[in-house]
Amino acid sequence: MKKQLWNRRTILRRGGLLALLGSVFGGGGTLATQAAQEHDATSDYFAKFFQKHYLRMTPEELDKAMERIVRQAKRDHGVDIKVSNDPPVEGVLFGMAINISRCKGVRKCVEACMAENNQSRDPSIQYIRVVEMDNGKLDLNNSDHYYEAEQVPRPGKFYLPMQCMQCENPPCVKNCPTKATWKELDGMVVVDYDWCIGCRYCLASCPYWGRRFNWSKPGIPSDEVNPFTHYLGNRPRPKGVAEKCTFCIQRTRKGATTACTAACPTGARIFGNLLDPHSEIRKVLEKKKVFRLKEELGTLPKIWYFFD
Amino acid sequence: MATTLFEFFRACTIQAFKGDRRYYGWMSGWTLLVVLGAIAYSRQLDQGLIVTGMSDQVSWGFYISNFTYLVGVAAAAVMLVLPAYIFHRDDFKAALIVGKSMAVAAVVMCISFVTVDLGRPDLVWHMLPWLGELNFPHSMLAWDVVVLSGYMVLNLLLIFYILFIKFQGREPEVRKYFWAVLLSIIWAISIHTVTAFLFSVNVSRPFWNTAVLAPRFLASAFASGPAFIILVLQAINSLTPLKVGEQVVRLLGMVVTVALQIHLFLIFVELTTDFYFETEHAASIRYLFMGLRGVGNLMIWTWASMLMLLIAVVVLSVHKLREDRFFMNMALVLVMVGIWIEKGMGMVVPGFIPTPAGEIMEYSPSFTELMVTLGIWSLGVLVFTVLIKISIPIWLHHLEMKALMEKSISKGRKKS
Repeated sequence: MKKQLWNRRTILRRGGLLALLGSVFGGGGTLATQAAQEHDATSDYFAKFFQKHYLRMTPEELDKAMERIVRQAKRDHGVDIKVSNDPPVEGVLFGMAINISRCKGVRKCVEACMAENNQSRDPSIQYIRVVEMDNGKLDLNNSDHYYEAEQVPRPGKFYLPMQCMQCENPPCVKNCPTKATWKELDGMVVVDYDWCIGCRYCLASCPYWGRRFNWSKPGIPSDEVNPFTHYLGNRPRPKGVAEKCTFCIQRTRKGATTACTAACPTGARIFGNLLDPHSEIRKVLEKKKVFRLKEELGTLPKIWYFFD
Repeated sequence: MATTLFEFFRACTIQAFKGDRRYYGWMSGWTLLVVLGAIAYSRQLDQGLIVTGMSDQVSWGFYISNFTYLVGVAAAAVMLVLPAYIFHRDDFKAALIVGKSMAVAAVVMCISFVTVDLGRPDLVWHMLPWLGELNFPHSMLAWDVVVLSGYMVLNLLLIFYILFIKFQGREPEVRKYFWAVLLSIIWAISIHTVTAFLFSVNVSRPFWNTAVLAPRFLASAFASGPAFIILVLQAINSLTPLKVGEQVVRLLGMVVTVALQIHLFLIFVELTTDFYFETEHAASIRYLFMGLRGVGNLMIWTWASMLMLLIAVVVLSVHKLREDRFFMNMALVLVMVGIWIEKGMGMVVPGFIPTPAGEIMEYSPSFTELMVTLGIWSLGVLVFTVLIKISIPIWLHHLEMKALMEKSISKGRKKS
């Protein structure tokens, strides 16, 4: 992934060209400078327009990008949010195991996920889809996605939560035409929301239906905005880009567990470090008979399922 | 050289705007539709793709359907180039410029359809090499960007070269540009193969994930594309001074017939493979033909398209009927519409139904989508008309630099 092409000279040259374009679009050099000092929505838009790929930004450029995110949230919601940029920790690879004997289909994980990850409420975006199936067969094609939550668990049925599987070999990353999505060293597949062009090829290529698209500007009530965000995670998203579960990168990189794991009333979800031989998830993988969805595709999901 | 170039483009511009009432009526009609499409698109830009019928479940729809169909039309120009330059059929050379113009117009439409499908069309520069981050060679979409833009440049250069030489009163020498012709033949096949790969490499969608998709794409392209060309050639024969020989239409009719036969055979192969021992991988094709769990919006379209193609293949395969201009034209229209349904909505949309998580969500295009689509097709008609308007008189040496110069000199004399 390392690219030596981006030495200082080319950055300066390209930066210069972009700045020139920027002044043209911004309506003249002096105007653009003035606006940049005031940091209004328009100057932020142009700065964002010319913003580089997350992995190509210098630390200073990244700081400026994060300041823009904070200002935008203030303008949109009147909320002071914090944007972190915690890097992956060495020796950590996150994974999850879901005990489907314990899952009762109450969908508390779905609600907690929406609140934690600043997902659009209108139109509704949910990363987790809990499906209801008949006992006796694991058949997604005959699953019920819209069962009524009040009556669960229903007799003769079992429940299976699905979300982004954080594949070790993710088809969405291979397919993305602009490298706007990639796999982090600690295993999460993330999206640079400012680099995504919204072609939705990743939605088409995901075998788990793990990705969602912002068909309009995300609608979140201002009093429900979670102010603790991560650049690659739950920061507010623009319209027209793809998003997905990131294993709550803003929480897990600080040592906490995911919101869905914390919210599950039956403790069906086990989340942890796959590289730590003493972690609970490693014990589950060693002691239980586990399976993964569509294993034959070779995507190597990092969400396992098991029964008691 | 520079002045010649300047004169060439000046003459082209003047020629594009010169015309009788009928020409102006035709152009303003299509321009009006382009404007209506642009208005619909501005609404989509403002509110987001929520104004379309698409969803997280069916995340590509009418735009990508039309894109896929038009890549085939663009590729079909090869069926005029191939006989002209490889089999040395000189009567095909007159039709060449029509085919090339059609290819350019089709690629313009393709690029427009992909662009309106983007959530962030303002950030399309992220796909540019050097400035952006094109995920080449991993992403099939990156390949598609490369082959489509390359095909457009190649065709524009070929048209420009031939016309520019003719404009100077000379005849272009085949041996000088033969390499470009050869390249454009291979390239035409590649654009459609890559577009098929765009779908068929997705393990997430069993309906697309089949090796027969690329051959099917090519067969249907070589049926629907030349069908288009034959109809356009007849119109050009009666409306313009360019006369394309009867033999050209006949041979192209043969091409449509054989390609359609192969295409229908490949559909039969797919159906047999999917239904002989039906697995869950056949869920999409079942949805397409018979409906799934009580829903099947596409069924009526699928069967209409199958019926059209079957009628067309019978008419075209019987020599007496194909020789009859009326029957042939009717069959060609059926081929065009039938394949537009089958390869557009009938190929793109069922790939998403059911979703990989087993959910069934149906799709139908919204009014905005229909208007934007109409606008882009109209843009294609405009581009094609202008290209044809300019290239026919130059091709026939009716519009030459020498004549223009003499005219302006005599004008100058009159004034003094």
